[in-house]
Amino acid sequence: MTTTDHQAPVLQATGLVKRFGRVVGLDDVDLTLYPGEVLGVIGDNGAGKSTLIKCLSGALVPDEGTIRVDGAEVHFKKPQDAREAGIETVYQNLAVAPALDIASNLFLAREIRRKGPLGSILRMLDIGEMKRQATEQMKKLGITTMQDISQAMETLSGGQRQAVAVARAGAFGSRVVILDEPTAALGVRETGEVLRLVRDLREHGLAVILISHNMPNVFLVCDRIHIQRLGSCAGVITPQSHTMEDAVAIMTGAKILTPSS
Amino acid sequence: MTTNTARQTRASSAQDLADRPPTPAQRVHAVLHRKPALSPAIVLLLAAIAFGLLNSRFYHLENLSLVAQQVAVVGSLAAGQTVVILTAGIDLSIGAVMVLSSLVMSKLVADQGVPGVLALFIGAVVAVGSQAVNGLLVTRIKLPPFIVTLGTLSIFTAITLIYAKGQTVSLNPDAFLLWSATSVSIGSLHLTTGVLMMVVLYGVIGFALRYTAWGRHLYAVGDDAEAARLAGISVNRVLLSAYLVAGLAIAVAAWILAGRVGGGDPNAGLNANLESITAVVIGGTSLFGGRGVVVGSLIGAFIVQVFDNGLALAGFDPNYQVLAVGILVIAAVSVDQWIRSVKA
Repeated sequence: MTTTDHQAPVLQATGLVKRFGRVVGLDDVDLTLYPGEVLGVIGDNGAGKSTLIKCLSGALVPDEGTIRVDGAEVHFKKPQDAREAGIETVYQNLAVAPALDIASNLFLAREIRRKGPLGSILRMLDIGEMKRQATEQMKKLGITTMQDISQAMETLSGGQRQAVAVARAGAFGSRVVILDEPTAALGVRETGEVLRLVRDLREHGLAVILISHNMPNVFLVCDRIHIQRLGSCAGVITPQSHTMEDAVAIMTGAKILTPSS
Repeated sequence: MTTNTARQTRASSAQDLADRPPTPAQRVHAVLHRKPALSPAIVLLLAAIAFGLLNSRFYHLENLSLVAQQVAVVGSLAAGQTVVILTAGIDLSIGAVMVLSSLVMSKLVADQGVPGVLALFIGAVVAVGSQAVNGLLVTRIKLPPFIVTLGTLSIFTAITLIYAKGQTVSLNPDAFLLWSATSVSIGSLHLTTGVLMMVVLYGVIGFALRYTAWGRHLYAVGDDAEAARLAGISVNRVLLSAYLVAGLAIAVAAWILAGRVGGGDPNAGLNANLESITAVVIGGTSLFGGRGVVVGSLIGAFIVQVFDNGLALAGFDPNYQVLAVGILVIAAVSVDQWIRSVKA
């Protein structure tokens, strides 16, 4: 799954520029994502990883550059726009409501209403149906550690919350799932669980962008790795073509990647 | 799932620590966490038992009816206040808007001879419009709700006093606006239509909070506005809607107030701003947003009134009631902090 030259990219960003006042967050960045691949995005703090991801997920609007989804140009103004284009994002803060239960969080901002006048006039939610679908989705992704789908999010462990957020993205993302530092706060066992989920998403035919500081994890699950440095893309490598030391060297500028390598 | 069970058998000692059976304190904590109205309900029950023991007249149905009638205005207001506080906001102007709305209703009937139904409608528009001002200042100019409503508290109070020209308005006892004071007897319990209106208001808001997407979004925004935005919720729309819904609750309260004072009185309900917040806080809703149920505020409003009534019947100086409410507020917020602090 490493050579994807013949396939059309599912997501393509060209010449993205984002300035914050006088600070340039993104400086002419290109990013290409092919269907069915896991693309790692790595880089030092302040390299522009999060800014790049926020532009792709609609949380920020780039100042310049174009984004194409399946070849068609898109202009995301808010997260809902990206979501409607089939791009789901798991943010670092997970974007969950701690006091609400798992099912409510899975369906947050796209709740299912009851059929008939109860739904259309009284706008009543179909809580049973949401719970049923939530259970199904969790089962589909092999998330079995949660006993009760009506548990509040805040009663879950960090890894379980992450799993719910990933399940939400997987359930609604039809093209791309973006994960921002999904393993940052997790223990070894929980990290393994999340990485398994990432592979599962790929198995289900989704393209995944994984932003991470953790080099071994990135090399473990990613097909290609996009390296950000000082707001620009310093190159795209694969786990086969380069070692982790190379990646760190490129990331820190100790080694310059020439386009031919 | 064999890999999964294998992983579980290798669980760390930290996992064992997390898996051990909960202590009694943790159990209580977990229950209170899930049922925020439970602790105020227990307080109300204990207070009712205690005051009944101090003076058996407390249990007379006339007395309980009186308590219910006295709760109606602040209780309705507290329903609106709950919706605002759930968004992590606060509305200090809620009582001032009620007095203004109520005065507009009464004066239109008394001075201009406007039909009661139309006057009620215009008064409701004034209430919702005033809350739209609050909501727009919070969402568009991004001012903290505390500052916005502190300012509009003065503004709405001033408008009320200027409009009233220092006069109260008395309505004909059979005026439509006073229908909210019509007595309704259920057995020997003598309620008013105002009390029933309050109950219906709680039913409607409770339903919307529990069974609609709007309700869930309100909790999500109050919990963490940025997370709600990233999850795809239109935060400003939810915030504005909270103030508008509060406006509707205010209109109901204004109608009940008109019935209670027999028209419009610019000096009635002076303490209603803070009393509504007191009811909400005692009712277990968190001032930090995202936590609480509207029925808790009804219980909270009843607790305040039961203390007022019960202490008077037991022969205490009325100032002790103020003291008791102060202690209750601090106790309620302490319980809330405890519930929020530890993980269940």
